[in-house]
Amino acid sequence: MKTLILRTASNYLLPILLLISIFILLRGHYLPGGGFVGGLIASIAFVLHAFANGLKNTKRLLKFHPGYLMPVGLAVSFLSGVLPVIGFDEPFMTGLWMHDAIPVLGKLGTALFFDIGVYIVVQGVTLTIIFTISESA
Amino acid sequence: MQQLLLYPLLFQLFLSIFLMFFWKKIDAQKIISIVGGFIAVFLSGVLFYTVWNSGIQTVQAASWEAPYGITFVADTLSATLVLLTSIAGLAVSFFSSASVIPARLRFGYFPIYHFLLLGLTGAFLTGDIFNLYVWFEIIIISSFVLITLGGEKAQIEGAVKYFTLNILASIIFLTAIAVLYGLAGSLNMADLATIIPQLENRKLVEVAAILFLVGFGIKSAVFPLYFWLPASYHTPPSAVAAIFGGLLTKVGVYALIRVFTLIFLEDVFLDQILIVIAVLTLFSGAIGSLVQKNVRKIFSYLIICHIGFMIAGLGMGTEIAFAGMVFYLIHDIMVKTNLFMVSGLIYRIKGTNNVRFLGDLYDKFPKLSLLMFIPLLSLIGVPPFSGFWPKVSLITASLNEKNYIILGAIIFGSLLTLIIITRLWANVFWKKGKELTKRDHFLYFQKMTKAKKIQFLVPIIMLAGVSLYIGFGAEHMQQLSNRIASELIDNTQYIEAVIPQNN
Repeated sequence: MKTLILRTASNYLLPILLLISIFILLRGHYLPGGGFVGGLIASIAFVLHAFANGLKNTKRLLKFHPGYLMPVGLAVSFLSGVLPVIGFDEPFMTGLWMHDAIPVLGKLGTALFFDIGVYIVVQGVTLTIIFTISESA
Repeated sequence: MQQLLLYPLLFQLFLSIFLMFFWKKIDAQKIISIVGGFIAVFLSGVLFYTVWNSGIQTVQAASWEAPYGITFVADTLSATLVLLTSIAGLAVSFFSSASVIPARLRFGYFPIYHFLLLGLTGAFLTGDIFNLYVWFEIIIISSFVLITLGGEKAQIEGAVKYFTLNILASIIFLTAIAVLYGLAGSLNMADLATIIPQLENRKLVEVAAILFLVGFGIKSAVFPLYFWLPASYHTPPSAVAAIFGGLLTKVGVYALIRVFTLIFLEDVFLDQILIVIAVLTLFSGAIGSLVQKNVRKIFSYLIICHIGFMIAGLGMGTEIAFAGMVFYLIHDIMVKTNLFMVSGLIYRIKGTNNVRFLGDLYDKFPKLSLLMFIPLLSLIGVPPFSGFWPKVSLITASLNEKNYIILGAIIFGSLLTLIIITRLWANVFWKKGKELTKRDHFLYFQKMTKAKKIQFLVPIIMLAGVSLYIGFGAEHMQQLSNRIASELIDNTQYIEAVIPQNN
């Protein structure tokens, strides 16, 4: 699909969609949203970019194969679950929270890092699947 | 150190994530998998030691108290099975690194393999029925990948059968959980154990029990629902078949044991169904095995046959029957894993698994044949070997119960196993073999380097050693099985450990 409109629009939509995905990710603790949906939105951003500019350009933009995101994301989630076990002798996945709130973000806890891990894994999985399919087609 | 219980679980998860970072470096993956296997055995050994000395261990995940959160429970049965899983896992890690071809390893064999072990460990440790379902999902998803990896035509055909039946089993299992939750309003197994006996609606409880029986029955390949197993287990590489044959069906048996000793108790109708199923499983597995011509298909049918022993123990429901059942479970995991590795070794020596073309093995490899003789003897249960002792308990139990049908079926199953294995021995090891045409691109065992040969033999020797220990140290194993049986009979210990304020 080499239309000028889509190509121009996708250049602007990519950062906006990525920002929305991060917003959805952070919103997800108490409200609808979270890592899974956020990750899907972020991968939609790249898929749209690939539609407009071709797969090669998107790959150049990403700089590395999205498959590498999977172990990274899993590791982030795993560490957020294991931290209470190693550091505080609490059961696995116990939520640890900071005492003082950070401006803008609010209180940080291990649950956030678990969600960030999910966000990264979902991106890695969806992009790997879609890239593989469109390469073989 | 109260988190000790989760260490084997977390370590497998860590291993599979860590292995993913080495996606393209197969040699590094092999080393990590084997070293990790040793650490996993150590961690589960520590867990077993702790449970043996200081009783049932529990962890409330994320600090949510039972019955609301997910509880992880290690009673003696779980701890034993976790230990056996890690031992079999270590052996198959070794065997995979020697026998699976690089083309398969390149597509993430080892990470997925450790995910499978993670699922198995989790299923044995969880104390929550829905969480058990989640671990089953992890197990079947990773087993789908392992069974299709390589993408040969026969493999895909086997995988489709495996896939369909296991998805069906999962749906039935999920339905059963839904019915149970609608009845009792709880998913914690210990909590369910206190609620279910007080319910008025016995008919619906029975329906839920039957749904669990069907769901787990498909997974553990009992009588009318076993046909997916021999159709699929001979297609993947023998290392994969080893872990499948050794552990996957046993998870189904474990789930049956857990559910029918903890939640659905004292149901005469159910016990009768279990006994009928056990008898028919023993018959159909043994007779099916009799007509097979492929070594791995013979072993696949023997898996089904020997599931019957365990279901028979569960159906009789006395303490001594449980002891026999648990002992058989312990023995069977080690022996079946080893047998599939033996079939892989035969395949590497001769280039085929078809009994018609095999032969001469004893003539050409006398020492190897004697090594392979150990798991075969253990499987038959020739007296000092490991298969003999659980059958003593099972037969004693059936005599005590005056249940002569079970007694007959057990003897029939053992006798046919003896006939099948003797015939296998005569055909594969003693018969004068045909001259086979050498395949060009095939790495024969004879042509391997010394290091690779050792890698091939170490896991077989290791599991043969464990089998010998189970046989010759039967006193320890009997003690262990008796203790597990007493815990299974008296479920108050389990409930008390999970929900302390209960009484």
